[in-house]
Amino acid sequence: MSREVDVLVVGAGPAGLVAASRLAAAGAHVEVLEREQWPGGVPRHCAHRGFGAWPHALTGPDHARRLTEAAARAGADVRTGVTALDWTGDLALATVGPGGAETLAARAVILATGARERPRAARLVPGTRPAGVHTTGELQQAVHLYGQHIGTRAVIVGAEAVSHAAADTVRAAGAEVVALVTDLPRAPAAAARTLDARLRHRTPVLTGTSVTELLGRGRLSGVRVRHRDGRTATLPCDTVVFTGDFVPEHELARRGALTLAPGTRGPAVDGALRTSRPGVFAAGSVLHAVESAATAAREGAHAAGAVRDWLAADRSRAAHWPTGVPLVTAPPLLRITPDRVTPADRLPYLLRTAIPLSRPVLYVTQDGRPLHRARLPLTVAAPHRPLTLTARWTHRVDPAGGPVHVTIA
Amino acid sequence: MTVTVSGPLPAEPYDVVVVGAGVVGCAIARRLAHHPALRVALVEALDDVGQGTSKANTAILHTGFDAVPGSLEARLVREGARLLATYATESGIPVERVGALLVAWDEEQLAALPRLAEKAARNAYHDTRLLGPADLYAREPHLGPGALGALHVPGESIICPWTTTLAYATQAVRAGVDLHLNTPVEPAGRHDGVHRLTTPRGPLHARRLVNAAGLHADTLDRGLGLDDFTVTPRRGQLVVHDKFARALVRHILLPVPTALGKGVLVAPTVYGNVLLGPTAENLDDKDATESTAEGLRALREQGRRILPALLDEEVTAVYAGLRAATEHDDYRIRAHPELGSVTVGGIRSTGLTASLAIAAHVTALLAETGLDLGAERPPDPVRMPNLGEAFPRPHQQPERVAADPEYGVLVCHCERVSRGEIRDALASTIPPRSPEGLRRRTRARSGRCGGFHCGAAVRALFEEAGG
Ligand SMILES: Cc1cc2nc3c(=O)[nH]c(=O)nc-3n(C[C@H](O)[C@H](O)[C@H](O)COP(=O)(O)OP(=O)(O)OC[C@H]3O[C@@H](n4cnc5c(N)ncnc54)[C@H](O)[C@@H]3O)c2cc1C
Ligand SMILES: Cc1cc2nc3c(=O)[nH]c(=O)nc-3n(C[C@H](O)[C@H](O)[C@H](O)COP(=O)(O)OP(=O)(O)OC[C@H]3O[C@@H](n4cnc5c(N)ncnc54)[C@H](O)[C@@H]3O)c2cc1C
Repeated sequence: MSREVDVLVVGAGPAGLVAASRLAAAGAHVEVLEREQWPGGVPRHCAHRGFGAWPHALTGPDHARRLTEAAARAGADVRTGVTALDWTGDLALATVGPGGAETLAARAVILATGARERPRAARLVPGTRPAGVHTTGELQQAVHLYGQHIGTRAVIVGAEAVSHAAADTVRAAGAEVVALVTDLPRAPAAAARTLDARLRHRTPVLTGTSVTELLGRGRLSGVRVRHRDGRTATLPCDTVVFTGDFVPEHELARRGALTLAPGTRGPAVDGALRTSRPGVFAAGSVLHAVESAATAAREGAHAAGAVRDWLAADRSRAAHWPTGVPLVTAPPLLRITPDRVTPADRLPYLLRTAIPLSRPVLYVTQDGRPLHRARLPLTVAAPHRPLTLTARWTHRVDPAGGPVHVTIA
Repeated sequence: MTVTVSGPLPAEPYDVVVVGAGVVGCAIARRLAHHPALRVALVEALDDVGQGTSKANTAILHTGFDAVPGSLEARLVREGARLLATYATESGIPVERVGALLVAWDEEQLAALPRLAEKAARNAYHDTRLLGPADLYAREPHLGPGALGALHVPGESIICPWTTTLAYATQAVRAGVDLHLNTPVEPAGRHDGVHRLTTPRGPLHARRLVNAAGLHADTLDRGLGLDDFTVTPRRGQLVVHDKFARALVRHILLPVPTALGKGVLVAPTVYGNVLLGPTAENLDDKDATESTAEGLRALREQGRRILPALLDEEVTAVYAGLRAATEHDDYRIRAHPELGSVTVGGIRSTGLTASLAIAAHVTALLAETGLDLGAERPPDPVRMPNLGEAFPRPHQQPERVAADPEYGVLVCHCERVSRGEIRDALASTIPPRSPEGLRRRTRARSGRCGGFHCGAAVRALFEEAGG
């Protein structure tokens, strides 16, 4: 079976749902494919508050529900239990769901497939292979969606915001958090969050410490840790949660041979969230694992605008799919998104740094020519937190010139 | 059909008790099931079949080209490979004849290739061919720089070890073999030609005993008063890479064995991943299946040389298996007519390949101990669910999805496992007793996300089924 729609959105997380709402409201025939049984993406299993605009922050499930309702009201067709398997053409996807196999063609495709945390194997943590080893994503679903029993004592690997969310989930399940462990010299979460863990919950946050081995047969019995000063210890526990260390869910991007951004391994995009293939856009965590849900939603809205322009344009003209020039960072900056730039781009850039930077100044240059200089309104830019750069300088970019460099001083 | 995990065991003596439900024990039980008059039990200490070394190997169906010519192992590997290739096709066990390349990285290794070709010929394998660097790089464009040549062994294949073991056991159980899981046995004497075995579930009796206890075959033998060999576990750690790596390699890339020891191999799997390993570490502990930082570092260093781009792909699993090495070079398969037993020991690094031939050999030895096998009638064929990428999975078959929509609902997204396949596994002849057992039957949860997306959902399905 095969059908054609105006826009296919893959993934019903915040990015995909917001893009679909906007496009459907503008009259496009939009279909959202979601492989899970419920729409909403990751927020679906984030029981904590912290979604939507402060101070009316919502819990994740409430946020997911609102976005889903808005998409339905706008007239988008959100289909759950349907997986986009692979490309069958430049703008056509093979899908499967309870209704069977179907090929869907579209005039535009938005990839909003999200991200995942890297599990224990990907991190090459040696040791036995016992039960009780999770990521935050699995833990949250186990506790909040399925009410499953987890262990009684958990070590959390990581000490960023998501790690504290994992710790809260462990406590909500009635278990004890033994410690949060990070190999960074300083806890990367907001200071208040770390202090709250230490003082209110009396949970040690062990910095400069890495997990070197998992112990136990059948069930986890402990984790071996090593401090950077050489001291080692065993933390007895029956559960360990590997948190953060997100990577884009880029399977469709790779199956489609889309160009990937080296810094993120997500699809490379310009400021209109155009990938390397005409008609294919990308938004949300698949671009930069992971920023806030609000960022993903903002990108979804932005992609919707770019898709409308594309649908309205005479697509025989290559000018409607400019490729832009690469935007490159150098250490200590880890990545920048979007990672290509055209003079018309207006979306602010998101960066991450590997090390804390005090009073950072960003320089933007092309072929040795300064395009922009920005003193960031932060006293300290911290790892694991976003740094933003405006796009007010993009009109100075020479589309025929070399790569644009973003450096720090 | 009888599969038990608890409660007392039947009081009547069995004609044959096979101890150990690894790939070898299961193959033997299946072979004995060809003789309907025999009452046979397959007894396993753990809660599933194939949970010992049989679940953790490199999953290659060897040709036996490099076996020690004239050895029992050489013969059983050669025969077993042929038998298993046929059986796999009949039973739906995924197998792919990808062929192997023994890659020479220095002059010494290059000089060894013709000798290996001769050895292959002495093992009745005549299809090897020497390749120069141009041919080699044409076949394997992603190979690291510096390879000087290779020996091509086109018959080497990859296979699913989990499905193989499960197919044998399923066929045996359906043909009347009793499978008792959670039943570690200890010999406790023999009276009037009947072995008494003690187990935590009470006694078990057997007229004939087959010791297929893998790493513990020496311990079991000693319980029978035999002291023929000692098992020294030799650990092999392996690293599994994401399916994106599958396009990097077409053959099994084998190291050339030299005086300095064996290198590591890079091999595709039938699931579409790429394996790197194994290490070879002699240990004392028969439970030491953990991976180590040094092991992983060494493997990755060698992997970087063989296939540099492999290291850019995510690792989706790390595991280790223990080879049942002994002080002898060959398999230790012996009949002990005076004890009414057969020992199947030292099935070190080729047992998956040789399993069907070992089973036929052991059955003949049992007959030599005076056991009357009775008439022969082949058991009903089995058809196993396909876990391989080279064959259609249920979600890829529109008619199956149309007939049963559960095959269209994917639960494990990385491995594309449907709710229908999980349901089938949970209701199968030998159902899984743990999420790990379910994983070996379906691949659910063995993908790149390590359960981030599907772990809780898979567990819920397992628990709903009363697991
Ligand atoms: C544990 C955790 C806690 C967090 N806490 C907060 C917080 O407090 N506040 C905050 O603002 N942000 C938080 N975040 C980040 C936030 O969840 C993400 O920014 C947001 O979910 C990204 O939205 P998205 O639409 O890009 O991706 P996702 O929400 O990941 O959604 C992607 C969707 O695509 C679907 N999909 C993928 N591939 C396919 C395919 N081939 N076919 C069909 N469907 C597919 C997936 O099933 C998924 O539903 C948290 C994240 C995590 C993991
Ligand atoms: C790293 C590695 C790579 C390998 N690669 C390959 C390959 O590519 N191709 C190939 O053909 N072979 C390979 N092998 C070898 C192959 O895996 C083994 O030869 C084979 O699995 C041995 O099977 P088994 O049934 O003898 O042992 P096992 O699978 O160990 O089974 C023995 C069973 O006996 C049970 N048991 C032990 N004691 C008792 C008791 N007292 N009571 C009840 N039950 C008991 C155990 O629990 C276990 O389940 C490899 C091995 C390793 C370690």
